[in-house]
Amino acid sequence: MAKSIDVSDLDIYYGDFLAVEGVSMTIRARSVTALIGPSGCGKSTFLRSLNRMHEVIPGARVDGKIVIDGQNMYDADVDPVQVRRSVGMVFQRPNPFPTMSIYENVLAGNRLNSKRMPKSEADSIVEKSLKGANLWEEVKNRLNKPGSSLSGGQQQRLCIARAIAVEPQVLLMDEPCSALDPISTSAIEDLIHDLKSDYTIVIVTHNMQQAARVSEDTGFFNLAGAGKPGRLVEMNPTSKIFSNPDEPSTEAYISGRFG
Amino acid sequence: MSTPTPTTERETLSSRPGGRHDLPLTHPTLPRFAPALVGVMAVAAALLVGLLLGWGLALMTLLAVLVYAVALPLWARIVEGTRAAKDRLVTTLVWSAFVLAMLPLVTLMFEVISKGAKMLTAQFFTYSMRNVIGEGGGIYHAIMGTLLITLFAALISVPVGIMAAVYLVEYGQGKRMARVITFLVDVMTGIPSIVAGLFAYALFVIFFGPGVRMGFGGSIALSVLMIPIVVRSAEEMLKLVPDELREASYALGVPKWRTVVKVVLPTSLAGIVTGVMLAVARVAGETAPLLIIAGDTDSVNFNVFSERMATLPVFIYYSFTQPGVPPEFGEDRAWGAALVLIVIVMSLNLVARAVSKLFSPKTGR
Amino acid sequence: MTVTEAAPKPPAPVRRTGDVVFSGLARAAGITILVALAGVAVFLTIEGFPAVTAPASAMGGKSGIVLYVWPLLFGTLLAALLAMIIATPLAIGVALVISHFAPRKLSRTLGYLIDLLAAVPSVVYGLWGINFLAPRMVGLYEWLEENLGFLPFFTGPASSTGRTILTASLVLAVMALPIITAITREIFAQTPVLHQEAALALGATRWEMIRMTVFPYGRSGMVSATMLGLGRALGETMAVAMVLSATGVISFNLISSTNPSTIAANIALQFGEASGLKVNVLIFSGLVLFVVTFIVNFLGRAIAGRGYKGESR
Repeated sequence: MAKSIDVSDLDIYYGDFLAVEGVSMTIRARSVTALIGPSGCGKSTFLRSLNRMHEVIPGARVDGKIVIDGQNMYDADVDPVQVRRSVGMVFQRPNPFPTMSIYENVLAGNRLNSKRMPKSEADSIVEKSLKGANLWEEVKNRLNKPGSSLSGGQQQRLCIARAIAVEPQVLLMDEPCSALDPISTSAIEDLIHDLKSDYTIVIVTHNMQQAARVSEDTGFFNLAGAGKPGRLVEMNPTSKIFSNPDEPSTEAYISGRFG
Repeated sequence: MSTPTPTTERETLSSRPGGRHDLPLTHPTLPRFAPALVGVMAVAAALLVGLLLGWGLALMTLLAVLVYAVALPLWARIVEGTRAAKDRLVTTLVWSAFVLAMLPLVTLMFEVISKGAKMLTAQFFTYSMRNVIGEGGGIYHAIMGTLLITLFAALISVPVGIMAAVYLVEYGQGKRMARVITFLVDVMTGIPSIVAGLFAYALFVIFFGPGVRMGFGGSIALSVLMIPIVVRSAEEMLKLVPDELREASYALGVPKWRTVVKVVLPTSLAGIVTGVMLAVARVAGETAPLLIIAGDTDSVNFNVFSERMATLPVFIYYSFTQPGVPPEFGEDRAWGAALVLIVIVMSLNLVARAVSKLFSPKTGR
Repeated sequence: MTVTEAAPKPPAPVRRTGDVVFSGLARAAGITILVALAGVAVFLTIEGFPAVTAPASAMGGKSGIVLYVWPLLFGTLLAALLAMIIATPLAIGVALVISHFAPRKLSRTLGYLIDLLAAVPSVVYGLWGINFLAPRMVGLYEWLEENLGFLPFFTGPASSTGRTILTASLVLAVMALPIITAITREIFAQTPVLHQEAALALGATRWEMIRMTVFPYGRSGMVSATMLGLGRALGETMAVAMVLSATGVISFNLISSTNPSTIAANIALQFGEASGLKVNVLIFSGLVLFVVTFIVNFLGRAIAGRGYKGESR
């Protein structure tokens, strides 16, 4: 069920402000694509445009095409709600719903869409998703506790379980480990590794070692200049980016000369 | 800014070269028990003078406070300097202001309880004033009237208020109309209650003719007072819901309206309930609009859509201002009803705060 | 996955029925508020308008609506202004106690107590004013007449019941105080900690720190809080109607038994027995009260809005 994504000539705006300009890339199915770059270069903005979350912000809009499964998700007759059901997202800070238990949090996507399901089916979705998120063993005895009772790393895996419970085709992750300690980070990285056999994963990260560890392809974003929009500088297999990048600015960033 | 220092030489931590003044790190302060000591002496002085001149308690208290407010800063001025003295004076003044502000509450509670407690019998709660002259009777009709009128006011105000808050927070961001509504809601909070009553009357007169009295009119008038309170509190609560939760829901492919209904509103539920209860408490004690449009009657009336309807506040007003002959029975009933009304209003207040404290979800951190 | 809705032909962005209905309901609720506020003005005008040409018999012998309303307006303003003179300094002191002077643990409880003061129904304040406060003021009024009788405010003769406009203003002050306190204490508590610490680091005492940082930061808030308290005092009905023994004169004498009445109290006292044009006259006076409180509240909110913008960034 994993799908590839083709982005062509994408411009992203906040009101009149052009934040990201002219991005074209192909994101391969069943692989992990990492997006790196200095702060404020538009990589998170780009990520949010991949499931039309960008337009949640008033005045924000997008020009260009993002084609998934032969369909441009920015065509006028596409329902953004449907896009988000097939392109899931995990946020920088874990955000389980505070009014719901762990069990209900996993099912939130299914339940909030008012899909009625028998108890047995719900149970099996919860178990499958929590197992998929490597969290089942830790929480199986306290599924009715509030989601906020978990540690930060567990909460983030709960959010991943919640995202995969609706069986999306693509999973977007916006710096999923930046609020976590090293041990939780390593648990999430292992999880990403396991998930890529089923999902197309796009991850934004500030941590270059992480990008090198988890991804097959890497895109490097940078600002065209102070006050100018961000753009995709280089997109290549991760091994090439980290050993022999095409662009000098990529090498400068990776070797730590700026950013 | 230079610190005026006492003239006495004191040991210093370091004397820097270059001719700078040495700042002593300690300077004389009043002993810790100074305020207590001055307090005791002020009370003693006031007692002495008061007893000699045969003053009442109020005058003696006033004198004690005055003596304290003069003596402590004066002492501080001599020992600690002008700035510290000023600080102590202000401290005394603001605390006196607080105690003074508490006096009405304390005396009022004392009056109402001491005069009203003896009225709280089973008969008082279960009888109306129908055919009662002199002693006896009760406030059953008024309690029912207050409950019904307030209930209908809440039925109007809560949906309108919460939906308006949803509009302001979820849909109206940055829109001109939302800004206008926010501002007018603020202004509406200040509508005098009697004007709300006149509005309801002027509205109903058009449909029902002059001299109209109706419980539902009271509900309309109370709604005018209640809606802005509900909107304001619900708006504050909805704003507190972190955007991350909304985004988490959108990212699961949940439409906006379901996100609001199933994620945003439940998260802020405790706060909204608190706001509604405070609003109910506020309007349940309103007198003026009900005096105008709901009127008063001695009998039980369960129909808010026809005829006069007694309510607790109006009952209190009429029982006290037109107590009948002899007056003490009517006045007693007024105090009893006042105690009941205060208990209702204050327990609504306290329960409301308990709700917000106990049931608000812990948002992660 | 759920069924995709049939895609509409026009290139307008897809909108779900649920979203359209829900946002429509929300907007309708917002519009309801606008309509209600407009309705208050419109209906009061409709029903108050006949008063302009009403005969003297409907206005207690006054030969024109202006002559009828003016003494009431005078009393309303006088009582409210007196109340504010008493309440504002007290309220600011109380707010300071809660925000800066009381120990952290205690300050929450003290805040509750002040909120309870706001929760007492006005009719109960009326009972308290007439039964407790008024008799206890008689002695003070006699003393004022004797010793300060040369001032126009205290010329006397002192009321023997204590039910004067000054007593009514005291009750109004008690009722307005929690409102002023609630707003000012919030603003005081919002004073940036950075500023306060900067002042303390310069060696300021607590009071100097408050004068250097808290008051400048909260200035517009204090002004707007006072305006809102004034709005409350102007419109308060029952306490005045019960406490004040009004004769409808225009007088600055605060302690005598002949006092001006207020618009709100006059309506409450007259409305029950009024009929015909008298009702329209009372509604007209209510319209005047509405306009006055609207302006006061409008100014208060406008000042508050400006202050936040100017000082929060």
